[in-house]
Amino acid sequence: MIQFLINTLPFLWQGLLVTLAVSGLVVASSLVSGVLFGVGLVYGRWWIAWPIRVYSDILRGTPLIVLIFLIIYGLPLVGIDFGNYASAVIALAAFKTAHVAEIARGAIQSIHFGQTDAGKAIGLTFRQRLQYVIMPQAVRRFLPPWINAVADAVKGSALVSLAGIVDLTLATQQVIGRTYDPLPMYLLAAAMYFAINYSLSMASRRLESRFAYVRE
Amino acid sequence: MTQPLVQIRGLKKSFGTLRVLDGVDLDVAKGEAVCVIGPSGSGKTTLLRCINLLEPYDDGSIRVDGVEVGYDDNRKRRSERALAPIRADIGMVFQLFNLFPHLSALENVMLGLTKVRGISKAEAKDRATQWLTRVGLADKLQNLPSQLSGGQQQRVGIARAVAMEPKVLLLDEITSALDPELVGEVLQVVQGLARDGMTMIVVTHEMTFARDVGSRIVFMDEGRVIVEGASREVLANAASNERLKTFLARIEMKH
Repeated sequence: MIQFLINTLPFLWQGLLVTLAVSGLVVASSLVSGVLFGVGLVYGRWWIAWPIRVYSDILRGTPLIVLIFLIIYGLPLVGIDFGNYASAVIALAAFKTAHVAEIARGAIQSIHFGQTDAGKAIGLTFRQRLQYVIMPQAVRRFLPPWINAVADAVKGSALVSLAGIVDLTLATQQVIGRTYDPLPMYLLAAAMYFAINYSLSMASRRLESRFAYVRE
Repeated sequence: MTQPLVQIRGLKKSFGTLRVLDGVDLDVAKGEAVCVIGPSGSGKTTLLRCINLLEPYDDGSIRVDGVEVGYDDNRKRRSERALAPIRADIGMVFQLFNLFPHLSALENVMLGLTKVRGISKAEAKDRATQWLTRVGLADKLQNLPSQLSGGQQQRVGIARAVAMEPKVLLLDEITSALDPELVGEVLQVVQGLARDGMTMIVVTHEMTFARDVGSRIVFMDEGRVIVEGASREVLANAASNERLKTFLARIEMKH
């Protein structure tokens, strides 16, 4: 049994790497697009803010698995086919973008309007106000819910196994397919997901204390 | 008379159906300190906020040093980008200080100097240090706002505004949020600036201050200028205007 577990480890390791790669891509791309969308929601004119609002509401109101299947199996029917792997990543990132946008919106809006007034009064442009006044303060409010969203992204990445991508979850299932002994393998997989997310939450605590310089 | 530094004509502004400014005319000469008084809701804070375009105005004109602040020559609203340099020349100090909480006292004053005026860091630091010393905070340069008292925070706010060397300084009830024993230290700083010839428009509830520092008093009510004149005269002849008399009596009672 032990020998068998050792033999399967390289296979599970490959799955873990896929999970990490998918999560990393999703987190990085949704961070950029989500923050941009959040800024658009707060400061954009209606023709910017309104489409983002609609996008965010629809995406957040859709089950993630439906979104993944829509992009993998639906879009090819109208001639758009990214392949399974890219499709799954796009679906996860699009979903996560909506959440990050809301987190960014909330963080920005929690900064008192007097800060914007003061920035305007000394002649800062919009970009300068964001860069030097608003964002450095908003980042502190942004971090805790964003780390949660990152952990969700890691867990949510398990859904790509349903699209036939051999991530940690599917690798585990394939091993079980040979051993017919699900308990230890699923426990092992759960421990691996937990290890990822626990290190994330440790990192987030350190980050938060680094940004704790603002007392209100 | 030479052209006034600030020239306001027929200024109108509404929030929805509520008319807050109903045709305000006001001239402020260079080096003058004008105190604007009036009951809350009379439009005095909105007037200040219009002057550096924190609030857009609907109608009328505001010229600072000959430049219409809110609109270009074709009466098109100026873009944010075009407004920034105009605002940089109009200093403002706020009732709630509005210091940047993540920056030290020194950095609060330096930000505008380096990013807006394009001054080198070393020179900006010198200038900021000078101004903070002038307002009595030489030993607080590295403190964050949260480590300062209200009076100290407001003095940083003043230093931040005057370090930009604005053409005119707007002070919006800058002592209203302070404990009574801290009011004096802030007013003293403002008094010093007035003596040095800084042009100021001061919205205040401090009548002694209005009398002793302001060269002129403007009394507003319901979005209009009701009484205007040399400070001592206005206060001495207050009995001749019913609304001003009532307002002053009410202020008296609070003190």
